[in-house]
Amino acid sequence: MMFASHSTSTAPLDVSQVMRQVLYALIPGTLLLLWFFGWGLLTNWVLAIGFGLGFEAIMLKWRQRPIQPFLLDYSVIVTAWLLAVALPAYSPWWLMAAAMLFAVVIAKHLYGGLGYNPFNPAMVGYAAMLVSYPLQMTAWPAPLDAGFGQVGFEQTMQLVFGGASPASWDGFSAATALDTVKTDLRTHKPLMDIYAKETFGWLGGRGWEWVNLAWLLGGLWLLRQRIISWHIPAAFLGSLVLIAGMFWIIDPAQYTSPLFHLFSGAAILGAFFIATDPVTASTTPRGKLIYAAGIGLFIYIIRTWGGYPDAVAFSVIIMNMVVPLIDHYTQPRVYGT
Amino acid sequence: MIQTLRKLWNIHGGLHLDYHKEDSNQSPARDIPLPAELVIPLQQHMGYKPNLTVKAGDYVYKGQELAEHNGFMKVPVHASTSGTITAIEERPIAHPSGLNDLCIILKPDGKDDWGNARMTPYPDHTQVDGEVLRKRICAAGIVGMGGAVFPAAIKLNVHDNIPISALIINGAECEPYITCDDRLMREKPEEIIAGIQIMMHIINTQQCLIGIEDNKPQAVAAMQAAIASSGDTRIQAIPVPTLYPTGGEKQLIKILTGKEVPSGGRPASIGMICHNVATARAIYRAIALGEPLVERYVTVSGSGIAKPCNLNVPVGTPVQHLIEQAGGYTQAVHRLLMGGPMMGITLNNPQIPVVKATNCILVEQPKPVPPAMPCIRCGRCMETCPANLLPQQLYWYSRSREFDKAENLHLFDCIECGCCAYVCPSHIPLVDYYRFAKAEIRTQRDTKRKAEIARDRHEFRLERQERAKREKAEKLAKHREQAQTSTDDGKKAAIQAALERAQAKKAAAQQDNPA
Repeated sequence: MMFASHSTSTAPLDVSQVMRQVLYALIPGTLLLLWFFGWGLLTNWVLAIGFGLGFEAIMLKWRQRPIQPFLLDYSVIVTAWLLAVALPAYSPWWLMAAAMLFAVVIAKHLYGGLGYNPFNPAMVGYAAMLVSYPLQMTAWPAPLDAGFGQVGFEQTMQLVFGGASPASWDGFSAATALDTVKTDLRTHKPLMDIYAKETFGWLGGRGWEWVNLAWLLGGLWLLRQRIISWHIPAAFLGSLVLIAGMFWIIDPAQYTSPLFHLFSGAAILGAFFIATDPVTASTTPRGKLIYAAGIGLFIYIIRTWGGYPDAVAFSVIIMNMVVPLIDHYTQPRVYGT
Repeated sequence: MIQTLRKLWNIHGGLHLDYHKEDSNQSPARDIPLPAELVIPLQQHMGYKPNLTVKAGDYVYKGQELAEHNGFMKVPVHASTSGTITAIEERPIAHPSGLNDLCIILKPDGKDDWGNARMTPYPDHTQVDGEVLRKRICAAGIVGMGGAVFPAAIKLNVHDNIPISALIINGAECEPYITCDDRLMREKPEEIIAGIQIMMHIINTQQCLIGIEDNKPQAVAAMQAAIASSGDTRIQAIPVPTLYPTGGEKQLIKILTGKEVPSGGRPASIGMICHNVATARAIYRAIALGEPLVERYVTVSGSGIAKPCNLNVPVGTPVQHLIEQAGGYTQAVHRLLMGGPMMGITLNNPQIPVVKATNCILVEQPKPVPPAMPCIRCGRCMETCPANLLPQQLYWYSRSREFDKAENLHLFDCIECGCCAYVCPSHIPLVDYYRFAKAEIRTQRDTKRKAEIARDRHEFRLERQERAKREKAEKLAKHREQAQTSTDDGKKAAIQAALERAQAKKAAAQQDNPA
C-alpha cells in the first residue's frame, strides 16, 4: 500500500502532550525572532497568550464547559503563539486583542470549541486583522540587528500601549522582501536590481531566512516525533516549489525563485505548524496531499498576481472550506472491499 | 534456527505493544485440583442454546453430554468431571452485558471418572468419511477456541463449488499477556499437527499454513519439529512479525496469503478456512481419543496476580479458583478481565466460570480513566486501523446517529480490535461507539424487517378480505343467475312434464275406454 504506515508508539499521547510538543518545536524560531525583535516580540507573546487564555476561560465558562482540562490542553496557547509570531513585532495591544478575539471567540468557540471549528483559528484572526488594519499588519521592523539594542523597553511600551505610530521612528519599519518584490515589479524594475536591496539575503528575505530555517528545524523534529505526518508539509512546500519553479524557469526576470518563495514569507511556518492543524485539515492520506498542495498553489497565485504580499492565512482558509469535500472523495480502500 | 521460507504480506496499521508474555510463559501449564463446584453455562458458542439432557440430582460421568445438539448452530456441552448435578439455574457468566444465563451446576465427586462416556475413537481418520468426522466434532462440543466460539463443525462444512486452497492455523496470539497457545504449541505440537491433518482430510485441502508471531520462537521451533517428525510436507509453520492484531482472522490470512476476505464474506469464500491451534488440538482429541471438549489451557496473568502461569482448566471452573491456584492477588483493588487487555471483557464477579472461549484471566490494577476530550481529527486512529477504516469519521457518524453514513464507511468491517481507542489522544472510547452503532443498526434492520412483515401481512389481509368479499359477491351473483336459469328451466320442465303426464293420462283413458 502506498500510504501504509505502521504506528510504532508504545505509549500513546494525549491531546495536551501533542500540543506541548508543537510548542517545543516553535521554540527555536521564536528565539531567533526574539533576538531580531527584542521587546517587540516579547510583548506580542505575552499579550497573545494572556488574551488567548482569558478569552478561552470566558468562553468555556459561558458555554458551561470544564475550564481546567480545556485550558490545560494547550490548544489555545498554540493558537496564541502562532499569532504572536505572525503579527508584526511591537503590535499595539488592541491589535493583538482583536486578533485573539477573532481566533478564540469567533473562529473556535462560536463553532463549538476544540475539535469543531472548520477554520484554523489563528489564520482567521490573522486574516481578519489583515483586511481590517492593513497598515498595522504590514509594519514589520527590519530584522537586521539585535532587537533589544534597537528599541528600548520604554519605547516599546509607548508603541504597544501608548498609541505611538511605528512610522514615527525613522527607519524602524521596513518593507519585507515579499513586499518589495511586489511593489517594485509593478514599476517594471528588473528582479536583479530588486535583489540588490538591503532587505534581501542569501536565501530569501534578509534575517527571515534564518527564522525560516529555524521553523524548518522545529518542523522536522515534529515529523520525527510523529506528531505530524509528512503528507501536509511535503505537498504544501512541494506544490509551491513546483509552481514557482515552473514560472521561474520560463522567465527568471519576472518571477522569483522557488528558494525565495520558501525562505521569504510564512511558507515554512505554514507548512509545518499551521496547515498541519488536524482539526481543520483533511484527515485521509490522499486528502492531506490535495489539501496541502492546494494551499501551496493559492499562496503562489496570491503572492504573484493577488493584492497581498503573502497569503498563507487566505490560502489555508480557502482550503479549509473544501476539506469536507476532499475527505469525502479520498476515502482509503477498506480491507476486503 | 527459524527461517521464513515464504513471502509475507503487510496489513495496514497495527500496534507494537508491551507484551508481558514472559510473565506467564516460563513454565509448563499445570493441572489444578477440582473446585468445589463447576458452573457450566449451557451456551458457550455463537448460535442457539442446546437442549438439556440432564436434570438436577443426576449423576454424570466425565465427558457425559449435558445438553445435546439437535438443530442449526447448536453445540452440546459436556460434564468436565464426574459428579452430581446439584442445580440448573441462572448464574453470572462472562458477557459484556453482565447478565445471568442458564448454567448447569456440577458438584465433583473427586473421582474424575470417565465411565463409558468417551465416544468411539477413530484411530485412523483417513479411513473415515469427512462427514462422519464433522458430526463427531460437533458432538464433541468443539467451538473456535481463539475467542469467536463459532461452532467448528459448521466452519469445516465446505461446499464443493469453492475448493479450499489452504487451511490457515492461527497461532499468532497477538494480545499482550496471553500465552496459553504459546504453551500449547510448545507442549502439545504433535496433537495440534494431528488435529490439522484431520481437518485437512475433512475439507480436502493440500496446504496448511500455521501463522505464529515471531515473539514465540520456542513455539515456532516446537511446531516445525513436530511437522518434520510427522513427515507431512503439506504443513508449514511460519513465523510472522509481531504486530497487534495479527491474530485477527482476516489479518492473518492477508499476512500469510496476500488475499483479503471480502467485506461481509467469510474466509471460505476465497478458499480459506481458519482455525485456532487449541481448536486443532481439541479436534485431535475428539477424533483419536473420543474425548469431548471439557478442558483448556488458560493464562492467568497481570500485575494483580502473584504467580502468573498457565493452567489446564476444566470448563466451568470459577475464575476465583484459578486466581487462588496462581498465588492469589497482589493487591486489594484490582480489575478482572476475561481475555486480553485490548479486547477482553470486564468481569464483575470472580465466581464467573471459565468457558470454552476463555484464553486468559487478566488481573490488573484499575487505571484511572482520563475524561474524554473532543476529537481533534488527528487521524492517529486511521493510521493504526488494521481494516483501513476512517475511525474518526465513524465516530462522528455514530455519535450523531447518522447510521447510514457510518454503514457507508464500512462500519461492519470494523473488527473491534481497539487499536483506535488505544492511540486516541483524546481518550475517546471509540469501540464503544462502534458497538453502539452496530447494535442500533441491527435493531433498526430488525424493526424494519418486522415492520415490513407486518405491512405485508396487513396488505395481504386487506387483499384477502377484498378477495373474499369479491368472491362472495361473485358467488352470490352466480348463484342467483344459476337459480334464475334453473328456476326458468325448472318451470318449463315442470310444465312440460305436466303436459306430458296429462297427455299420457288422456291416451291411457282413450285406450281404456274402448275396452
